Order: sequence, then C-alpha cells, then structure tokens
Amino acid sequence: MLRFSIVNLLLVGILLLNLFMLGTSRIRALIQAAALQGVVLGAMPLLIADRLSSNAALIAVATIVLKGALIPQMLRKALRDAQIKREIEPLIGFVPTMLLGALGTLLSIALASGLPLEPEHSELLIVPASFSTVLTGFLLLTTRIKAITQVIGYLVLENGIFIFGMLLVEALPFLVEIGVLLDLFVGIFVVSIIIHHINREFASLDTRRLASLKE
Amino acid sequence: MLLVALIALPVLAAVFAALLPSERRRPIVLPLAAAGHLALALTAVASDDPAAFGGWLALDPPGRLVLLLLSVLFALCAVYAVGYLHYRGELSNRVFVPCLLAFLAMTTLVVCAQHLGLMWVAVEASTLATAPLIYFNRTPRSIEATWKYLLVGSVGIALALLGSFALAYASIGSDPSLLFGDLLARADRMDRSWLHVAFALLLVGYGAKMGLAPMHSWKPDAYGEAPGVVGALLAGGLTNCAFLALVRVFQICQAAGEGAYASRLLITFGLLSIAVAAAFLVGQRDFKRMLAYSSIEHMGILVLGIGLGAGALFAALLHMLNNGIAKGVLFLSAANIHRAFDSKSIDEVRGAMRRVPLSGTLFLFGFFAITGSPPFGPFVSEFLIVSHAFAAERFFIASAMLLLLLVVFVGMGRTVLAVVQGLPSPEAQRTSYRDGLLTGLPVLCAMAIVLLLGLHIPPPLEALLREGAAFLEQRP
Repeated sequence: MLRFSIVNLLLVGILLLNLFMLGTSRIRALIQAAALQGVVLGAMPLLIADRLSSNAALIAVATIVLKGALIPQMLRKALRDAQIKREIEPLIGFVPTMLLGALGTLLSIALASGLPLEPEHSELLIVPASFSTVLTGFLLLTTRIKAITQVIGYLVLENGIFIFGMLLVEALPFLVEIGVLLDLFVGIFVVSIIIHHINREFASLDTRRLASLKE
Repeated sequence: MLLVALIALPVLAAVFAALLPSERRRPIVLPLAAAGHLALALTAVASDDPAAFGGWLALDPPGRLVLLLLSVLFALCAVYAVGYLHYRGELSNRVFVPCLLAFLAMTTLVVCAQHLGLMWVAVEASTLATAPLIYFNRTPRSIEATWKYLLVGSVGIALALLGSFALAYASIGSDPSLLFGDLLARADRMDRSWLHVAFALLLVGYGAKMGLAPMHSWKPDAYGEAPGVVGALLAGGLTNCAFLALVRVFQICQAAGEGAYASRLLITFGLLSIAVAAAFLVGQRDFKRMLAYSSIEHMGILVLGIGLGAGALFAALLHMLNNGIAKGVLFLSAANIHRAFDSKSIDEVRGAMRRVPLSGTLFLFGFFAITGSPPFGPFVSEFLIVSHAFAAERFFIASAMLLLLLVVFVGMGRTVLAVVQGLPSPEAQRTSYRDGLLTGLPVLCAMAIVLLLGLHIPPPLEALLREGAAFLEQRP
C-alpha cells in the first residue's frame, strides 16, 4: 500500500534524525532536529488512520504546533536566556554515541521481530522505530551533561512513545491523546523555568554541578 | 456525579486560591477544601457503585482504600499546612497552595480512573503539580532535588506510557482498549510476549514513581529538600497511587495466567528495595533523608506483599494504609524538629524531646510504629506478610525480610535516638519555632490512627480490606 510505504519512509527519516541528533555538536541543530522529528510525527496519524476523522486531524495539528514550533521555541528561549556556550558537552564522545545508537537500532529490530503484529500492521516499521527512538532519547539523557540537552533527550524519548501510539491510533481516545500532549507541554514549561533557576543559582547548566545531594 | 464532584472540588478550590489576593487568608482554603473532599470521599466509599462517564471513572475496592487514605492524609496535612505557611510567612504561598490542591485533584483522578491512559495522564499531572512544591524553599539544593525529581519521574512514567500502549496492543485480534474492565475480560487471550514487555515496562515506570530500587535515586533528594508536609503527601499519597496502578496491572497479568512471571519480578524488586534501603539507613545522619529510605523500604514491602499473593494481599493493602498514615506522623514531626533546630543533621540536632516535646515524642513513637513494633498498625501488617511467606514455604523470602527489617530497626533507631535524646547542644541554633495547635494536633491525630489500626481495625474498614483483597484475587 502506498500509504504505508510513505509511513515507512518517514520512519526511516526519523531513524536518520536520531543518528544525526546523537552526532551533532550544536545545541541549536539538536533543537532543530527534534522539531523536525515532531513535524514528521504529526503528519503520521493522518496517513495511518483508515478514514480521516476530525479528531485525527486535530491531534495532527496539535502535535505539529506543539512539537514542531512551541516547544522548540521555549527551548531556544531558554538557551538564549541562559547565555551558555552553544556546544554540546558529551560525557561520551559523539562517534561512540552514534555507534551506540546504531547498535540500539539493530537491537530494536531484533526485539521487535520477536513480537507479533496485527496483520494490517505487519509491513510497518513502527515497533522497531519506536524502540530505537526511545533508546536514542535515553542515550541523550544519560550522555549529555547540560540540563537543556537532557530535556531534549526526554522529548525524543516521548517521540518514540508517540510512534508506538500510532499502532493504537483508532483505539486511543481523543481525550487521552490531548492529555498526553498537554502534560508534555506543561512538563517542558516547568522544566524551562527550573533551567532558568539552575542557571541563576549555579551560573551554569552543567548538571554535574547538581551534586551536593548524595550520600 | 459524586466522583466528578470529588475531582472538581479541589480544582475549583485551586483556582479560587490562585485568585485570592491575600497571602494570609489563602492557606485557609486548604482545610476547607480538604474537609469537603473528606466528606465526599466518605460518601463515595460508603455508596454502592459510584461511576461516571460510561465507566471511565469508577471506584473499585482497592481504589476505595487509596481514596480513603489520600483524603484523610490530605485533611491532616491541610491543617498542618496552615500552621506551616504562617510560620514561613516570608515566602509567598501563591504557587504552593494551588499546587497542593491540584495535587489532591490529580491523585483523586488517578484513583478513580478506570482507563490506563487517563490514569497515566493524571499521574504525570500530579508529578508536575508537586515539582513547585519541592522547590518551595528556593535554595540551590532544592533546585537540584526538583530537577532530579522531574527528570527521573518523567522518564519513568514515560516508560509506563509505553508499557500501557504495549498492554493495549497485547490483545491482538480484538479492538485494542485501555479500560481495565476490557483488559481483564480478554486477559486470557492476550499475546504472552507483548504482555511480558508491557508488564516489565509498567513495573519500571510506575516503580520509578513509587521509588523502588534501583529507580529510587530521586527520592532521598526530593524528600530531604521538600517541606515536610509535601514529603508526607508524596510518601503517603502519590507513591500509593503509583502502587495502585501496579496492583491493577498485576491483576491483569494474573487473569492472563502470567501471575507467576509478574510475582517473580515484584518479589525481586521488593527485596532489592528493602535491601538497598536497609544499607543506606545504617549510619544515615540526615533524618529527613532517613525517612526517604524508610519509604523505599516500605514500597518494597508493599510490592513484595502483592507478589506473594493470596493471603498476603489483605496484609499488603493494610500495610499501605499503615505506612501512609505513619509516614504522615514521621514527616510532619520531623519537619517540626527541623524548624526548631534549623538543621536536619544529627550532628547538630540533639534533645528534640526537650525543645519540642510533642514533636520529639511523636517522632520517636512514629519510628517505633514504622519499624513494626507492637502495638502499632505496621506491626500487624508486616507480621501478616512474613507469616504468610512462612506459611507458603517461601523461607528464603521470609527470613531475608525479617533480617533486613532488623537491620532497618537498628539503623533507624540510632539516628532517631540521637535526635530525640540528650540535651540540645549550646551552640545549636535557636529558632522561634515551638509546637502549636496547628502543627501539633494533626500529627497527634495521625499517631492515634496508626495506634488504632494496630489495636483494632474498625469492622467497616476490615470489610473494605477484605473486599479489596478478594477483588485482586478474582479471576474472570
């Protein structure tokens, strides 16, 4: 089916974006890539749903506006206000994390091949793409030290879960989908306030300085 | 309608409090809303089958227990908060009061939600509502704690969402659904491999929210830096909501015939949590962090109890109530001591019994209660869990648990005795704080409840507990 081929093509695009995000050294490029991923994700419910409902369209618009524009805007503002260096500081180098990301993708494909799918989903790459994106989010969260890059990691992880949600696009009630998006938005909003305070109190967004609380 | 009112009341109160201009009058909204919530909650628990929105909101027997606990604990904390916010009059409570009320609304929604997706949204929302509460003191250390709380908590429950989706997809062949009723009904036809993936993700996700080891790293920081009243609500309220989510998922696994797989995981995480908590409780010098490790220990006991199943279910549900209220006693009295000495380290705090006699005494009794000494409530529930483990011939589990509980008793005992005994050292900070009616009476009431639960469980409550245990055991 043409529809599903396009979806698979988009999913491959998302996987490439994952690798790009693991390899880039500029925070701005990272935010840009996460925003692009959000827009691609937003288009997906329209392609997957059997018939176009107003709810699916609304979710698509909300996702694109939120993940493609509003949240990246908040992150860029946080970046500007914090006046920090625009380079990403990794705990593990860019090339090794890219390799880890590629390994994660292979693992996701292996894991997904062990899980049965509904017949109509059998040709879609949704499950491996979802797992791989979740793993990418994890890698960004754990190997980057700036508070803002960790937030982007969380955003990518959430994107991975959103991809999985495509399998359930007919079953998930509208209210829940909007609720998830709203929680994400408020979450990023609260986090960007906290980032502001971290920057003021510690004069840095280096999360390694957040280490006075330990045993 | 009752359930809608139960959730709407604190939401409206939160909006009202946010709009109220007077810093001095705003905290009064808390006990008023709490009293209304308690009255509605008691009515809902006593009524037959309150439901709303076509089964999306309902109160099942375990939900009734958590709702009761939540409402009682919040009522006690609301009265306490008035006294606390009066003492901390220099800080604005414009965010604090509405966030506390939003927390009550969202946790109530978690309890009533019969839809996994809705429940997830509510758990995440209650996490977000509590973040500003942890940050109330505006110190660098509290920022650090809030950051870890938000990051670990959000990532954890993001995994729970993935798990919820996987669980919905496990019922391949029929229309996917996330309503608990539907999931239970079709559990026996679910795909095994999807179910395993779903349960593991949900356990890690909601386990992070409960603070099970090894996902507990946020807990000592958050509980250590948050105001005591927030610690009490997190340790006695929010963690139990996540526990309720796990219990419901476990029930689905059991109905699917995968109870053994789920039990194994729950028992492993439970024992690990108790062990990690015991290790960090020995030699702990910060008495608020000590309470956080105690919370990790008791979350471990809860999932262990559920994992043992059958007879231990009743005990685990009882322990949830005991632990919730006892944590109220401990966190609130510890916060009073913290304020009286302006320190929470046993290097500086000594002789709490002399400086704040009521809080010092309650802190000591709270310690005896939480470590399972008779005649308090936790003794009964822990005894039931251990004796059930012996009866089921799970000797390793039972003896490991007994041994670890002993270590916890000794470890916590040293810290607590150092705090309450002796004379305040001359160089110890003197503050203007003294125990008052508002910050003393709620703690005393909570202590009385813990004692009552140990001496005699009121028959209506016992009936509720039996219903809850029977509900979890039922197979379709």
